[in-house]
Amino acid sequence: MTELSVGQQRVRWVGWLRDYGVYAGLVVLLAVDTALNPGFLASSDLRVQTFQLVPTLLVSLGMATVIATEGIDLSVGAVIALAAALLPLYLGYNAGLAIAVCLAGGLLAGLVNGLMVAISRVQPIVATLAMMIGLRGIAVIFNGNQAKPVLDPTLGALGLNSVLGVPIMAWLALVVVLAVVFLVRRTTFGQHMLAVGDNRTASRLAGLPVRRVLLTVYLISGVLAAAAGVLLVGHGAEADPANQGLNIELAAITAVVVGGTPLSGGRIRVVGTVAGALFMQLLSATLIQHDVPNSYAQILEAVIICVAVYAARDRGAR
Amino acid sequence: MTGTDTATVAGSPPSTTSGAPTRGERLLEVVQRQGAFAVLVLVVAAASIASPGFATVGNVTSVLVGNAYPALLALGMTFVIISGGIDLSVGSVFALGGVLAAYGAGHGGPIVAIILPIAVCTAFGLVQGLLVARAGMAPFIVTLAGLLGARGLLQAISHEGQNTYQVPAGSWFAAIGAGTWVPVVTVIVLFALGALLLQRTPFGHNVFAVGGNANAATLLGVPVRRTRTLVYVLSAGLAGVAGTLNAARLTSGVTEIGIGYELTAIAVTVIGGTLLAGGAGSVLGTAAGVLLLAVIQNLIGHYISQYGSSASAAVNGAFLAVVVLLQTYLSRARRIT
Repeated sequence: MTELSVGQQRVRWVGWLRDYGVYAGLVVLLAVDTALNPGFLASSDLRVQTFQLVPTLLVSLGMATVIATEGIDLSVGAVIALAAALLPLYLGYNAGLAIAVCLAGGLLAGLVNGLMVAISRVQPIVATLAMMIGLRGIAVIFNGNQAKPVLDPTLGALGLNSVLGVPIMAWLALVVVLAVVFLVRRTTFGQHMLAVGDNRTASRLAGLPVRRVLLTVYLISGVLAAAAGVLLVGHGAEADPANQGLNIELAAITAVVVGGTPLSGGRIRVVGTVAGALFMQLLSATLIQHDVPNSYAQILEAVIICVAVYAARDRGAR
Repeated sequence: MTGTDTATVAGSPPSTTSGAPTRGERLLEVVQRQGAFAVLVLVVAAASIASPGFATVGNVTSVLVGNAYPALLALGMTFVIISGGIDLSVGSVFALGGVLAAYGAGHGGPIVAIILPIAVCTAFGLVQGLLVARAGMAPFIVTLAGLLGARGLLQAISHEGQNTYQVPAGSWFAAIGAGTWVPVVTVIVLFALGALLLQRTPFGHNVFAVGGNANAATLLGVPVRRTRTLVYVLSAGLAGVAGTLNAARLTSGVTEIGIGYELTAIAVTVIGGTLLAGGAGSVLGTAAGVLLLAVIQNLIGHYISQYGSSASAAVNGAFLAVVVLLQTYLSRARRIT
């Protein structure tokens, strides 16, 4: 406000970092990788990356819609645990039914989160924290406290097979990305979502369906987390509610934030979120490949989160 | 915490209600402030009658000792949450403190073992506090980065978790955390000091003022930035102290410890009646919350030991949900009456 020229330059620089930083980072990372290891883009390695990326990406997209409404969903990892617990129970009947039950479970968890946030107006962080703590406990009890092998051909195909040389998972992710882009850019719901995140009181006074919007974003997050859980179980051929999806909420929040969506709501960057998830995945893969110790990788991740949030911060202030 | 809507609904501190409180309002306030304590008394009474093994000296001490040091994380969290922030890094800082203490005990003696972790953890908290208060970054994300960063630092010190540093045998450092009553008394003393700090000092009043309404606090001349910075210093410092004492008790710097402790600390603080929106809460409430979850966990472990930790997680989650729902409705009822 006070310093003009220097301040404006700084704002422009930070704004550029916020808007394009993640893409620039991605390009640099890819360039470094191919320079150091010309075979980096070989398909086998990319496939492995894809399998690790897609579940986190699905969760991140749901998280992005929640964060756009100034919320947060810490329960996504627990929803994955729930999916892992429910799958083996219904696989005996039919794989389709089992997947449907898992998605319904995710919707139910999202419904409870959404009701607490939208109707009871509990703060999102604590409402979903309660779900995060409680639901994983329930899921582990459901599953009889142990990891179970899951040897179902349909699930295995979802988790491992490819169509046209691209893993089915990646096609699924593409469909979800396009759906979320459509939702955000082309529907009234998308507009309402951003309005609610920008200013909930004003949205209510303007007659927007605030409660329905809030409920819906938690439903989206829940169902996408459940889908990620199905893919994780399918890929790992194992249902382990005690461990699957652990800390995925942190990875998802990181992807969303690095992708340029501010935590203060009112804005969403879907493609940025994809790039954010991709960047974090590629970064950890690169560091592992070059035998960088896990400790430095974690510290680097922390620094990147801080830089991303610092860049996104100005937006919230204005 | 930045949401105007949620702040006005859930975060209105009792003092903003105009005029003298009616009997109904006072009752609601008591329920909110002392609810955890009342439930604790009820649960303990019921358990003592129903379960003969509960009220024995052995069981009570195991409940107290088992939860002593992690309780300090909730003490620091109480200050942070009252100031309107959140600290997700405490579990990692707790583990970092333990590793540094054990490293210091082996490489420099007991004095180093005490000073090194507390200094490093306090400095860590200072960085987080400055990022929140000066750079204006969201506490949630700063401390999320802190969670990763502290764990990374810990792994770097312990060579990726391969080295578990041991406290040398015969070092008097081990004595500060040993025995049954030493940890319990230490933690009770620290909680009492914390209660005094929050209720009886200018700093404590500033914490409430900043959490209640930061803009008004600024206008009143409260040092908002300094207060905000200091709560993160306090929280990380306490986490470091807790880690140090825990390392003394275990006589080693366990690396795989403290994961998820921040969530328990938040849950316990909220159950103890501290509003997540900031501006209201108490150290005694947090103590009641710590004991309540510990007792519930103990009872569940006693009755259904097969699913012990999972079942208590489920109960804790349900409990947290009920408490925050009640809190929200109580706050709203108070606004309407």
